[in-house]
Amino acid sequence: MQTTEANLDPREVAQFAALSGKWWDANGPFRMLHRIGPARLQVIRDAATKHLALDDTGRQPFQNLRCLDVGCGGGLIAEPLARLGGTVTAIDPGKENIAAATIHAEQAGLTVDYRATTAELLAESGATYDLVACLEVIEHVPEPEAFVATLARLVRPGGMLVLSTLNRTPKSYALAIIGAEYVLGWLPRGTHDWTRFVTPDELQAHCTMAGLTSFASEGIVYDLIRDQWQRSTDTGVNYMASVVKPG
Amino acid sequence: MSERYDAIIGGGGPTGLTMALTLAHTFGDDVRIAIVDPSEAAPSATGSSMNTAIVDPRAWALSAASVRLLRSLGVWSDIEGHAQPVTEIEITDSFLDAGIRPVLLSYDNQTEAGEPAAHIVPNQALLDALHHAVSMRANNAITGISGRSISSFEAGATGANVTLDDNSRHFSDLIIAADGRRSHLRETAGIKSIQWPYDQRGIVTTVAYERPHGGKAVQHFLPGGPFAMLPLTGNRSCITWSEDAAAADHIMSLEDTAFLAEIQRRFGGKLGRLELAGPRASFPLSMHLARSFVAPSLALIGDAAHSVHPIAGQGLNLAFRDIAALSECIADGARSGLSFGDFTVLERYQSWRRFDSTLSAATFDAINRLFSNDITLLRSAREVGLGLVNRSSALKQYFVSEGAGLSGEVPKLMR
Repeated sequence: MQTTEANLDPREVAQFAALSGKWWDANGPFRMLHRIGPARLQVIRDAATKHLALDDTGRQPFQNLRCLDVGCGGGLIAEPLARLGGTVTAIDPGKENIAAATIHAEQAGLTVDYRATTAELLAESGATYDLVACLEVIEHVPEPEAFVATLARLVRPGGMLVLSTLNRTPKSYALAIIGAEYVLGWLPRGTHDWTRFVTPDELQAHCTMAGLTSFASEGIVYDLIRDQWQRSTDTGVNYMASVVKPG
Repeated sequence: MSERYDAIIGGGGPTGLTMALTLAHTFGDDVRIAIVDPSEAAPSATGSSMNTAIVDPRAWALSAASVRLLRSLGVWSDIEGHAQPVTEIEITDSFLDAGIRPVLLSYDNQTEAGEPAAHIVPNQALLDALHHAVSMRANNAITGISGRSISSFEAGATGANVTLDDNSRHFSDLIIAADGRRSHLRETAGIKSIQWPYDQRGIVTTVAYERPHGGKAVQHFLPGGPFAMLPLTGNRSCITWSEDAAAADHIMSLEDTAFLAEIQRRFGGKLGRLELAGPRASFPLSMHLARSFVAPSLALIGDAAHSVHPIAGQGLNLAFRDIAALSECIADGARSGLSFGDFTVLERYQSWRRFDSTLSAATFDAINRLFSNDITLLRSAREVGLGLVNRSSALKQYFVSEGAGLSGEVPKLMR
């Protein structure tokens, strides 16, 4: 299925846009994204340096790498990608998000090409990237399978796609919905709809359908003692996946 | 002229210089660091020889962990010739006029790896080596801005605008406050600090004598405060000594012969005839702990964050731990594409170091209070306590490893 019709839920877009001024408030509604970001970026860095055979030693391993961040919000992932040396394009359907992200990157002295558009429209333009990152988006779209197919079109042959999302398990219901939204208040209530969560098996099936290979997944867990998010083999709640588009 | 830096360090003392070198060691030339220090042109390795007349009497007891850091930075080889390994530590609390001074605790001062748990290093030797190392990196990673201080800064969403006292403006992702116990940067950020004033003053000087000290450090707890003899190279010791403020002022006002007699009375006669081998200095003793070690785009290190009672000579060791920990947090963040001043980087540094510093401050405070008195009950309590430690080799090893800075969560550069 190829369509330029945006695969998104207007209610979800509006919900994030309303919070656009808060993206970079480390103790605001996106507090958890700030805390979980470093571990996610490590997964992206390791997957990309390994698969794309980059020099992993310096501060800018992504030099000359064309990166795309889909559903960039305020730029919490796009900015670090740029700091790692990437030539970054970042898209989000929410105009308010793009406005907030643009101002922040300018203050940070970083160059990021922010665009208020959808993955479908960008794919239609024929643009492709070495590395496509799409974090915390797939569980918010109505048709995940079609969405993965769109993302696959944005990856150049030989390039890679990195995804992060939430698994649909009893544990994720307990932790991500009841725990994070109701008990701890880490996330605004209604941030997630558990029924839209995607299991690694489902995600792998979507990727295979889209012609993507070498599926690898890794969990991100919260370490209560260290008060830190860390990489783990446990994919029961938050997890990341990387896939390759055969060259 | 406005410059953009990864980090601007306020304060060019041992702490600020070591911070800069550690970041340069971690990132190579792939980093932009400025050190802002109010003193005029930092003395280079050659320049400092002109100052040999002004001898700084202070010395540091550097832990094994601190020595490991200096070794990683490549500066230890310049210091080693001036560093006296401490082979043995003796702790005693007997009266001054007691014929025999019973030793409460003595231990061979070695870590499990066999290196000395501490070295006594004169401040001047340390500073010379650090300045030399920084000058080797000038124009690459490290920019020295001397004769200037940071008058104000404004932390924004992504870093801080920094204004120096010549009204020049700079931008930095992170400001590192290494500007001492009365940190102007800490105050500017509005961070309050918990204070424990002591009615004691510290006196420091250098003495020489006839017989070799054999690398033994002596900590003599007297009612007025501790009197420490820290062995230096040659037949010399750095004396650090605290007294009630009035007594200290009196001692400082004495002429050399009478001053020496006061030292002789406390030092004992084991090492033969004593003479003064350097100037004396005195300073007020106080302890403080900042309520927070970080603020947006700001991290406090060393005395700016905490100062402990100099009783254990641990001040600089704690600063070095701050430095190694902060560098590790920054490096891990940079691997994830985070800026030096990223909130999560600072948050991790704070949770790592603040607990450790609080514990150290409280411990040294408790030790000082336990010993700075002459109450019979407390005398017997500490005699029993230290006597127990003396009999247990496991406990002694714990004390050595605590003193060597090798307990707790040790930063990678110090392992």
